[in-house]
Amino acid sequence: MTSAATGDPHPGRRLSRRHLLLAGAAAGIGAASAVGIDLSTRPARSAHQAAGAATAAVPATDGTETVTFYGAHQAGVDTRPQASVTLLALDLNAGTDAGALRRMMRVLTQDAARLTQGTAALADSEPELAVTPARLTVTFGFGPGLVARAGGERPSWLRPLPAFGIDRLEPAWNDGDLLLQIAADDPVTVAHATRMLLKDSRSFTTVRWRQTGFRRTPAVEKPGTTMRNLFGQVDGTVNLVAGTADFDSLVWGAAENPAWLHGGTGFVLRRIRMNLDKWDGLDRAGREASVGRTLAAGAPLTGTHESDEPDFAATTTIGFPVIPEFSHMRRARSENTAERILRRGYNYDDAPASGSVSDSGLLFVTFQADVDAQFVPIQRRLDELDLLNQWTTPIGSAVFAIPPGCTADGYIGDTLF
Amino acid sequence: MTRTHTAPRLLVLAAAALLALSGCAASPEVPAETAVATPAADSLAIQDAWVKAAETGMSAAFGTLENSSDTDITVVSADSEAATMIELHETVEDDAGAMVMQQKEGGFVVPANGSYELAPGANHMMLMGLTAALPAGTESTFTLTLSDGSEFEFAAPAKDYAGANESYEGDMDADQ
Repeated sequence: MTSAATGDPHPGRRLSRRHLLLAGAAAGIGAASAVGIDLSTRPARSAHQAAGAATAAVPATDGTETVTFYGAHQAGVDTRPQASVTLLALDLNAGTDAGALRRMMRVLTQDAARLTQGTAALADSEPELAVTPARLTVTFGFGPGLVARAGGERPSWLRPLPAFGIDRLEPAWNDGDLLLQIAADDPVTVAHATRMLLKDSRSFTTVRWRQTGFRRTPAVEKPGTTMRNLFGQVDGTVNLVAGTADFDSLVWGAAENPAWLHGGTGFVLRRIRMNLDKWDGLDRAGREASVGRTLAAGAPLTGTHESDEPDFAATTTIGFPVIPEFSHMRRARSENTAERILRRGYNYDDAPASGSVSDSGLLFVTFQADVDAQFVPIQRRLDELDLLNQWTTPIGSAVFAIPPGCTADGYIGDTLF
Repeated sequence: MTRTHTAPRLLVLAAAALLALSGCAASPEVPAETAVATPAADSLAIQDAWVKAAETGMSAAFGTLENSSDTDITVVSADSEAATMIELHETVEDDAGAMVMQQKEGGFVVPANGSYELAPGANHMMLMGLTAALPAGTESTFTLTLSDGSEFEFAAPAKDYAGANESYEGDMDADQ
């Protein structure tokens, strides 16, 4: 990402060394290995440290970093994506009425508020696992069933997405009443928070599905680097940026949403299976053409840097578009700037069925204030034409409303119940 | 959520009378004069209070009592609308070497400028005869009566908890 700006031919290597040093020093990840790296890079080390201090953009990777829980919005949306995520969809038990929903959300909110700050939950039987928050966030989402149970107004878009021709949805990965997105830069932290929250959900709900995903950790790659999916592609380059007017209107906006959702947003999860075996048969040029970006830098095929704007009008010497008409990037982009979404996806790599070596893909997580107005048009275009569809198959789909944040005196969902 | 209030003089006397009736040898003396000067409840706090969720029968309340004064504070009794009776329990080893729960003689003594932990498997407040089901997320209010007669009130949420299944001396309720 920074290679162009600095002119460094090996930015990745430099960065990873610096980050290993940071990680080793701060988190005590193998003092011996940190020393070893120190010796091997001694001549350049002071320069790297100066660069790190100058940018000050590199957060600590010592595991104590926390993300504020209470506020106007829930955390885990505009939070820089953490390395590990567990997504849970829970179904409400028959007896979980409006009163029980209130009790449940009070308990879960309290758990989340404590765990995200590195404090054990009440009745936490493994409190030692809670002391490394590692930017833990817990984000709650409500499905149409929960909103109905609470007697609240359902946003018009809070329903299963329309059926798409490319879909091969498996019921095991669809829908749900209550969503928990539990994410941190450390998988042990995620596992403990997941266990604690599920223990406290158990008397109200049953688990419908559970999906785990990962990205590179900030200990090994510069935070903020666009993730790579398991096809090796830079995935998520053009994205909404927290704190901008675009983000505020496209993620936190939508005045048409019911009042209880103001300050909240909409959530879509598409579980997209990636056929790595079929992908193996595609050469590098074909892989780049399928998306319209280079594999090395993630640059548009008409540019050299990841952040370069694509030139969709550019043609080859024989008159074909440099960025093919069927490419994913061209098809995903709309001329209507209102049709944009926040992408916050993760890779998955699960145990395959017998006889296969891979069950991999993308947990395509998006946030948008109005799913019908923002997400669906994009998905329709990709459904009609996207060469990438040859290697990808949506097998799960879920839509949730993300209620606003709460104050220390309240709880998530208190605007609905 | 936690608040304290000063006990009126009448309550002080009532508490003293109650202690006398209970005939407990280890009950501390209750000089009414000190209660008027600085109620112990003003120096008491509780952190991380919670109750084990239960359908019927018995349950237990936990948390860490904190004493910000220079004098020990003794909790002599606890009451709550959630239970018909609350006993202050400690963990002891019985004749067979097993850890069992029994009533704490003399109450819980929170040391001056110190804390007193109530936790599963250790000291706790034992709720007997739940007046209603106590499902997770229910908030119950408790009133602790201190040895100077002042009262300390706090609220605690119920949480599902698989532990705290200790046996009780005298086998008061095998279901616990």
